[in-house]
Amino acid sequence: MTVLDTDTASPAAEPQAGDIPLDDWRGVAAEKADEISAGGGLFLRARSRRLLGSLLRPHRRALAWASCLIIVVTGAEMAGPYLVSVGIDSGIPAIRRGDWAPVGAAVSGILVTALAGSLLRLRFLKLAGRIGQDVVYDLRGRVFRQFQRLPIAFHERYTSGRVISRLTNDLDALGELVNASLDGLINAILNVAVIGVVLAVLDPGLSLFLLICLPALFLLLRWYTRGSRVAYRRTRETIAALIVHFVETLNGIRAVHAFRREPRNDAIFHELSADYKRANADAMRLMAWLMPGIKAIGAVMTAAVLIFGGFQVMDHALEVGVLTAYLLYLRRFFDPLQDLAMFYNSYQSATAALEKLSGVLEEEAGVPEPRQPVQLPRPVRGELRFEAVRFAYPRREQQSADGAAHPEKIVLPELDLTIPAGQTVALVGATGAGKSTLARLMCRFYDPDAGVARLDGIDLRDLGDGDLRSAVVMVTQENFLFTGTVADNIRFGRPDATDAQVEQAARAIGAHQFIAALPDGYATDVKKRGGRLSAGQRQLVAFARAFLADPAVLVLDEATSSLDVPSERLVQRALRTILAERTALIIAHRLSTVEIADRVLVMEGGRVVEDGAPAQLLGAATGRFVDMHSAWVDSLA
Amino acid sequence: MHADRPPPMVLSMPPTSPSGGSFASLWRLKTYVRPYRWQMLLMFAVALGGTLVGVAVPLLTKAVVDGPLRHGERGELWQLGLYALLFGLAEAVLILARRLTLATTALGIEKDLRDQLYAHLQRLDVGFHDSWQSGQLVARMTSDISAIRRFLGFALIFLVVNSVTFAVVGVLLIVIHPLLGGLVVVLSLPLSYVIFKYERVYRRQIRAVQDQQGEVATDVEESALGIRAVKAFGRAGFLTERYLAKSRELRGLQLTQIKTLAEIWALIIAQPQAVLALVVLGGGAAVADGTLTLGTLIAFISLYLLLIWPIESMGWLLAASQEANTAAERVFEVLDARPRIRGSSHGHAAGQARVTERTRPDAADGAGDAEPRLVFEHVDFSYPVALDRSSGTPILTDVNLRLAAGETVALVGPTGCGKTTLTALVPRLYDVTGGRVLLDGTDVREMSLTGLRARVACAFEDPTLFSASVRENLVLGRPEASAAQVEEALRIAQAQFVHDLPWGLDTRVGEQGLSLSGGQRQRLALARAVLGRPPVLVLDDPLSALDVHTEGLVEQALRAVLAETTGLVVAHRASTVLLADRVALLGPHPSGGHTVTALGTHHELLTAEPAYRDLLSQSSDLVEEGV
Ligand SMILES: Nc1ncnc2c1ncn2[C@@H]1O[C@H](COP(=O)(O)OP(=O)(O)O)[C@@H](O)[C@H]1O
Ligand SMILES: Nc1ncnc2c1ncn2[C@@H]1O[C@H](COP(=O)(O)OP(=O)(O)O)[C@@H](O)[C@H]1O
Ligand SMILES: [Mg+2]
Repeated sequence: MTVLDTDTASPAAEPQAGDIPLDDWRGVAAEKADEISAGGGLFLRARSRRLLGSLLRPHRRALAWASCLIIVVTGAEMAGPYLVSVGIDSGIPAIRRGDWAPVGAAVSGILVTALAGSLLRLRFLKLAGRIGQDVVYDLRGRVFRQFQRLPIAFHERYTSGRVISRLTNDLDALGELVNASLDGLINAILNVAVIGVVLAVLDPGLSLFLLICLPALFLLLRWYTRGSRVAYRRTRETIAALIVHFVETLNGIRAVHAFRREPRNDAIFHELSADYKRANADAMRLMAWLMPGIKAIGAVMTAAVLIFGGFQVMDHALEVGVLTAYLLYLRRFFDPLQDLAMFYNSYQSATAALEKLSGVLEEEAGVPEPRQPVQLPRPVRGELRFEAVRFAYPRREQQSADGAAHPEKIVLPELDLTIPAGQTVALVGATGAGKSTLARLMCRFYDPDAGVARLDGIDLRDLGDGDLRSAVVMVTQENFLFTGTVADNIRFGRPDATDAQVEQAARAIGAHQFIAALPDGYATDVKKRGGRLSAGQRQLVAFARAFLADPAVLVLDEATSSLDVPSERLVQRALRTILAERTALIIAHRLSTVEIADRVLVMEGGRVVEDGAPAQLLGAATGRFVDMHSAWVDSLA
Repeated sequence: MHADRPPPMVLSMPPTSPSGGSFASLWRLKTYVRPYRWQMLLMFAVALGGTLVGVAVPLLTKAVVDGPLRHGERGELWQLGLYALLFGLAEAVLILARRLTLATTALGIEKDLRDQLYAHLQRLDVGFHDSWQSGQLVARMTSDISAIRRFLGFALIFLVVNSVTFAVVGVLLIVIHPLLGGLVVVLSLPLSYVIFKYERVYRRQIRAVQDQQGEVATDVEESALGIRAVKAFGRAGFLTERYLAKSRELRGLQLTQIKTLAEIWALIIAQPQAVLALVVLGGGAAVADGTLTLGTLIAFISLYLLLIWPIESMGWLLAASQEANTAAERVFEVLDARPRIRGSSHGHAAGQARVTERTRPDAADGAGDAEPRLVFEHVDFSYPVALDRSSGTPILTDVNLRLAAGETVALVGPTGCGKTTLTALVPRLYDVTGGRVLLDGTDVREMSLTGLRARVACAFEDPTLFSASVRENLVLGRPEASAAQVEEALRIAQAQFVHDLPWGLDTRVGEQGLSLSGGQRQRLALARAVLGRPPVLVLDDPLSALDVHTEGLVEQALRAVLAETTGLVVAHRASTVLLADRVALLGPHPSGGHTVTALGTHHELLTAEPAYRDLLSQSSDLVEEGV
């Protein structure tokens, strides 16, 4: 055990040769992404046990039925040797007498138990498999829904790789537990219990040894539990880190290639996979001590019974037969203990996974659905109002590694703004001024820290998600296309749209031409993240999708940045008609947008510093907008 | 969105080719096992030893009962008791030794395989990654490789140990009683046959499960990466449905697989019991005949009982082997994919020498007669064939373009005409399908990849940031860059805002850089490209997300940089075009695809090319119409 202690205490990461110390690459962030909710180990375990309980509860009856099956199967299996001995002990003398009946009975007994055992086990395996799959499926759905419910802010720090890790690896650990272990668990418990009783009945005196070895077993188990809990937790964390890095590399493969990132990525990956290996090795090493540890206790016990029982036999205090039987059963007592240890091992591994999963499930949705949603009056007018809105991007802790406190950066200090229904507003300003932030608040990607954002007079926080999303739609800078066809992606805006409507939307913003030229037209597969299309084409598809959604309020955040001028012009012409009866907030650096706007807002440092009709602002002798506009006109030259 | 669509399949190899024999892929693992062969041998030996010692302990019990107990010899009892203890402890030690070796061996092989898979994937070309969903690859990197580890660590060992046990005991049984022994061995043949048949079915099923797991992982990834789009349109329900449908399919596949396994298992556990019944019957008759002694029959049966566990465990051992086999098959599918873009090994030195002598800034206007730095010569391009059936549709046709050292050329053309594609040919993210690209007179395909890419720096239209520190993102390609160089790059890209981040350059940028504003991301990407003043700069629409004011500042600084380097700049706006000395206009080629239709200065093209005027002229009808 000393060997092990030094081993587990080995430093977490040895610095490796390289140009930059390897551990620096990650950089500092305010939050530890993996620690969702703070809390001690005890709390974590209770939480994961609760989750396991809630997962198994619906399957109580099936589990009970499965247990019955496996009990019968175990019984049938135990009967085999007994029937053999019957066949030999009473069958053979009978054959000698010419009576085949006893042997026949024993043999058919063996056959029948074999057949029954086999069939029942088949039933059992299928049943246990189904329970396992149902539990995993159930949990899959719960976790997936929760991830979808959690706010953008959560995803920003959690990373997609970690989401994948939760929904693949962690779930697998649970699947393994439920699938493979029920069998072994019930079998083992049954054996240990029955044989324990048999031993006690056979010879209470010798069984005192059992009582002595129990504390030893207990200590061993406790030592293992402590160690493995830590080790398995680390396996979960390290595999997640590995997946995060893996996924990021694949998604950024162009940059990796173009910037010859491969060797350094290799070094980072090696380190991460070494961490994972170390965590796994720790868990396996603990197991490596646990199993033979139980064996050794069993060996001591056997030798003690052998010697002590032997003396008793010599003293005629014990029958030889009883001692032999006792020794045989003793072995069958310790073997299933090994199976129990195996089960316990899977359990520990699954618990670590469940800790992570239950953490996700119990994470408070930061931008929660209202308990009693207020009905949005129809038709939606689309009036937007910000009342004394203050906002800073959420940070978990304001403490950095060096302990210095960093004040959170307030993006919007205090914003008051009313956009009447039907107005088209152009939002301009330097990058980083907070324009996108304002747009995101409008779509309730985040909630304001103070103040209220309202749609048609109703606090966005009181609107049901469905209502809000059908009323307000945003085309972001990061337009994301899903695997599927072009039509699928446009239809993402309105699932029940017909093909004709899809095409109409595409025509409206000038995307039809290029789509029609694609090899399969609207049925062309856009490939992973729309990689089949050029950036501008992706923007057009995203645009079409927003138009098809037909919202009362349309938010366009840099939605035409990758388009060539004629395409942009086409989009703007379309916007003119489309936005006629809608509220729109358009963020764009190319001030050509301004020309379709009724009103211009100039933002700086999170405040609206100029506000007025374009003509009015341009009419002024000086001003930020005037400067911007003239700079823009110059840039066109 | 496309639940009914077949998954994008493997491109560079025939889709489903269960190559060779049933365990061919496992056999290929031998190269990974070789470095650990002594440890593996040790594990086999120790496992066998453990089995033997396990048999010894009951024998000792027998010795005690027959010896000391009968004679009442206390001393001998102590001795035998001690032996029993020693044997028991020896068994424990052997298990310990096996499991400790296992921890280093199996995990070592697992790590080697995983590291290699990652290294290989990193070096596969962009075309490969275009068509492989990362979910599929993640599944291969995690669960498949773990399945292989479990096989090597447990299943393989016990397959061997059990086979040895089976052979040894089988021979013993035949020696004890040729007829009964022969019967036992012969009766195992039909079982083997049935198992063999089942295993083939099982193999297909497990492969389907593994593939579906990859599909599900892909959905998960999309749902996380696309969370903004999902939220913006309130389509969480739709995505969840899609995901659940795939999960249900996975569940169904897994249940089928479990059913097959259960059937194999049920057969396997029934067989030894049935044989046992026969042995009791036949043996009993033989004993009654007097052709067999009772003692021998009992010995025979006890020996046969030793076989039951090895036979029964065959079920899950074979299942684990099949799982590992298909897992290995999936891993090798990736490892067998050859990068279609590979550097030439001998070109490196030559290329380097040329750089050093040429990086001296030539006169910026030396466009005319100096040997050109970057040349596109009759370049044709279409996206790789297996990617989709449209392939072959040419994107670029007969592109000719020469960039003198120090010259900057702007690429202008309508959306989707192939500008990005053309820029990707320079650092060889894709290879031309016709013609060639020359850098300093050398075909880029004849240079080493690192040599080439060290000289060409890119800023892509999507900024591609990683969740690492700002500094790490900046020095991505040049870990040796000094603080001063970083500072200079930040200045050029007007990205000094990073100093205002909570931890300055050490602040971690969120995944895809999404914790920054769009313009901030783009400026970081630009800073990364200009860092270290690379000889060739390829900028794909580098200023699209900047406001006019910042854009002006960046342009000013960039102009100084471009004066000294050779630049290829994709531009949509006149202001960006003005960074360049000359402009290449991309337009349709008569025989399909796009090509350079006009070349000249901005003003030349403005006057001479109506198409160009349409693309760039500020006289948008909106402006004309007035506000
Ligand atoms: N997801 C985020 N997490 C933390 N900070 C952010 C996030 N998005 C933007 N910021 C910061 O908020 C500020 C305003 O950003 P943004 O609203 O995107 O600017 P704009 O759209 O005007 O260019 C910037 O300083 C940016 O770094
Ligand atoms: N990975 C790809 N596979 C197949 N076709 C592609 C791929 N990427 C782009 N295309 C197609 O190639 C054409 C040129 O794309 P691109 O070079 O990105 O255009 P842009 O000029 O807008 O930068 C587009 O029509 C696009 O549909
Ligand atoms: Mg492009």
